[in-house]
Amino acid sequence: MQNHLENDHEKSEAGGQEYLVFTLASQEYGIDILKVQEIRGYDGQTVTRIANVPSFIKGVTNLRGVIVPIVDMRIKFNLDSVEYTNETVVVILNIKSRVVGIVVDGVSDVLMLQPSQISAAPSFGTAFSTEYLTGIGTLDDRMLILVDIEKLMTSEEMQLVEQAMV
Amino acid sequence: MSTGVDLSQFYDMFFDEAEELLADMEQILLGVDVDQPDIDDLNAIFRAAHSIKGGAGTFGCFEHLATTTHILENVLDAIRKGELTLRQDMIDVFLDTKDVLSDQLAAYREGAEPDQEVYESTCQVLRTMLEQADGGQAQGAAQAVEATVTASEGESADSPAGNDGSGSSDRIASAVSGTSGTQVLRVTLKDLKPDDARALEAEMAIMGTVLHKQHQDNTLSLWVDTTESADDIAAVCCFIVNADQLDVRAEPVPGGTKPASSQPAEAAGETQGESGAAAPEAGASQTAADSAGAPAPSATDSQLAAAAAADTAVPAAKPANATRPARKAAKKTSAPVSSTLRVGVEKVDQIINLVGELVITQAMLVETAQSLDPVLHDRLINGIEQFERNARDLQEAVMSIRMMPMDYVFSRFPRVVRESAAAMNKQIRLVTHGQATELDKSLIERIIDPLTHLVRNSIDHGIELPEDRIKAGKEPEGVLTLSAQHSGGHIIIEVADDGAGLNRERILAKAISSGFPVNENTPDDELWQLIFAPGFSTADKVTAISGRGVGMDVVRRNIQGMGGHIHLSSTKGKGTITRIILPLTLAILDGMSVRVGEETFILPLSNVMESMQPTADQIKQISETERVLYVRGEYLPLVTLHEIFDVGGAETDVTRAITVILKAEEARFALQVDHLVGQHQVVVKNLEANYRKIPGISAATILGDGSVALIVDVFALMRMTQTHVGAMV
Repeated sequence: MQNHLENDHEKSEAGGQEYLVFTLASQEYGIDILKVQEIRGYDGQTVTRIANVPSFIKGVTNLRGVIVPIVDMRIKFNLDSVEYTNETVVVILNIKSRVVGIVVDGVSDVLMLQPSQISAAPSFGTAFSTEYLTGIGTLDDRMLILVDIEKLMTSEEMQLVEQAMV
Repeated sequence: MSTGVDLSQFYDMFFDEAEELLADMEQILLGVDVDQPDIDDLNAIFRAAHSIKGGAGTFGCFEHLATTTHILENVLDAIRKGELTLRQDMIDVFLDTKDVLSDQLAAYREGAEPDQEVYESTCQVLRTMLEQADGGQAQGAAQAVEATVTASEGESADSPAGNDGSGSSDRIASAVSGTSGTQVLRVTLKDLKPDDARALEAEMAIMGTVLHKQHQDNTLSLWVDTTESADDIAAVCCFIVNADQLDVRAEPVPGGTKPASSQPAEAAGETQGESGAAAPEAGASQTAADSAGAPAPSATDSQLAAAAAADTAVPAAKPANATRPARKAAKKTSAPVSSTLRVGVEKVDQIINLVGELVITQAMLVETAQSLDPVLHDRLINGIEQFERNARDLQEAVMSIRMMPMDYVFSRFPRVVRESAAAMNKQIRLVTHGQATELDKSLIERIIDPLTHLVRNSIDHGIELPEDRIKAGKEPEGVLTLSAQHSGGHIIIEVADDGAGLNRERILAKAISSGFPVNENTPDDELWQLIFAPGFSTADKVTAISGRGVGMDVVRRNIQGMGGHIHLSSTKGKGTITRIILPLTLAILDGMSVRVGEETFILPLSNVMESMQPTADQIKQISETERVLYVRGEYLPLVTLHEIFDVGGAETDVTRAITVILKAEEARFALQVDHLVGQHQVVVKNLEANYRKIPGISAATILGDGSVALIVDVFALMRMTQTHVGAMV
């Protein structure tokens, strides 16, 4: 179900966690790989529009017989460039048995990060509100903003989940 | 806990069957006539308790359950033999005991032990009841309780003693039952474990009278005098042994047991003459055989007790024979080879999903085939049409598997009504219609809570106190009606009472004070809708359900979550009717696809009446935003799909568009779309699984080309017309 790459020498260390790294407006973000079901290219034609919903909810699509909502994170977080190119990717997440897809600019890696490589999240300067951040990961000279994707996607502001059910 | 085979795989089956038996027991208890209890009812309740006890004992690790049911069984036995007179408070105790047993089962299901205190107090109450029974039978039975409990725990205990005791009473019993056409069957069981041997002996003692026993090595032979057929005996034994361990045939008892029975025959004849009823006799002796450990003297005691009680005993015009066929029927349903099958719900759901996928695939084929030359490929096209018929038939057959009669729901209400009415000091009679009406299993489960809330509402607030009813010129006993019927593609469930009706003044006052935009002129229907608003529930003091956070708003949300609708109507002084409308099937729908702009929507075919292209003079503008369509003397509200769903590029000129006349409940309206696409079966896909409820949309489906289309919620659109448009011309 998960098609991720293995970094063998990092895998052997205990206490680490694997993150899928994606980019939004040239900023790299990391999310728990275990929440990721699959990664697909984005095809606007296959998304059925829903009326009277916020613009960041693109609509729903058919994923092998299952109806899945698609959310464009770049629109949600008011990022400047919202383009749909060959690189544009939909990350299909499986969160609390709900399947939802998020449109991002690209996916780069699956990385293993040790607690030593993670520091506390800053209180400003990121697209996401800090309540959804689990920290900042540092690897070589890359800075990854680590996101609690489950908390974010089930939050009220994403408007994906009836709040009475959370 | 058990030797050899791991019995834990059978726990679930036992739990399920025990639950069913408890439900049956409850139903009979609620219906039994306290003054003149029907012996069939008493026997049925007894059998239920006995079966549960037997099962619990077999597994060996459900002592609380086994002991409780054993004492209950003895009390029930005393009642059915006439030693104990049935009273109303005893029924209440039995109902409470049934609840305790349910809780015990629930605890065992989770691998926990039941509450010790509740268990001890329940047993104590039952034992106290037992002591009120006359004759030594009670004491014998009380001793038998402990003895049989230890026996069921698998220790060596008193079964041999029981057999001795049953020996003498056997002769009496066999004499009596011998007179009503029985046969002696030899039941041979090989490779039998001691536990199974004891269990089987006890079973045989119920099915008839064990005249003789031979136990060598691991083979047990029992000679049983019984009216049951060899097949039934075999079926019962197959609970515990395999068919190849078992042999049942008619064979006389070796040696001289039979001749000895002639003397007691005279004695039996005497008592028969005295009491004039053979039933208590046979019943007494048989149960003496049952309760292992009853010493021989108790057999004569039971004789006396039976004779004494014979006068007060139920005029059981039905002798042992009649109860046997009834038991036979009961045994048949519990026998392993029966005409029903227990299937896990997941398996059925899997099949339904697969049939759904089949329908989608068939739709794809139809779409692909449309581009083919019909003459060239006529066999292929015929095949696809045939396929469509097959798929439809398969789908109907599969959906019917999950359909269950409403009786499953209605049957739990006599108790709810009885207890709620008693608590409120009201007299209420429950009437049910349409119990056989079927509904999908998933909906049946989900309708129970909302219905319970509505029933309690009717009892609490609807039906008046008896004195108030008399003042109003009504019968002091209120009537609560539960009914279910099919209509179109839906099922309509109604909860109706003949109470005081909804109090318009109070609701209006509360609405105004809560800030809702209503006034005196607001029509009843719209005012009643406010009852469903969150936080509106006026004085809902029914604390029995308050823990579940139930209010009318939750009821409505539950109903809507099932794809249904709820509607209130009421007449002051006459009563209130709550109507719940649910779709018959959630999975597959006959739909009409329509095109609006670039998008395709699905309308449920059952709501579509007709379609037309209106002329300009048929359209009237009644306000800046509202229009109506004039059709055959009627003005129907006109709703424009592209406006509601904000679709770009749609046909705005209604005279160049198509209007579809839709019907929702009793009201009709017109829907403007660009054009019709076609009619087909669509597989309904749930939106809320991964997203949330979209207003105006009931669900989604996948079209033949793989894209998602939204299914329009016709009732929601209808409601939109009602809030905007007032009374129609």
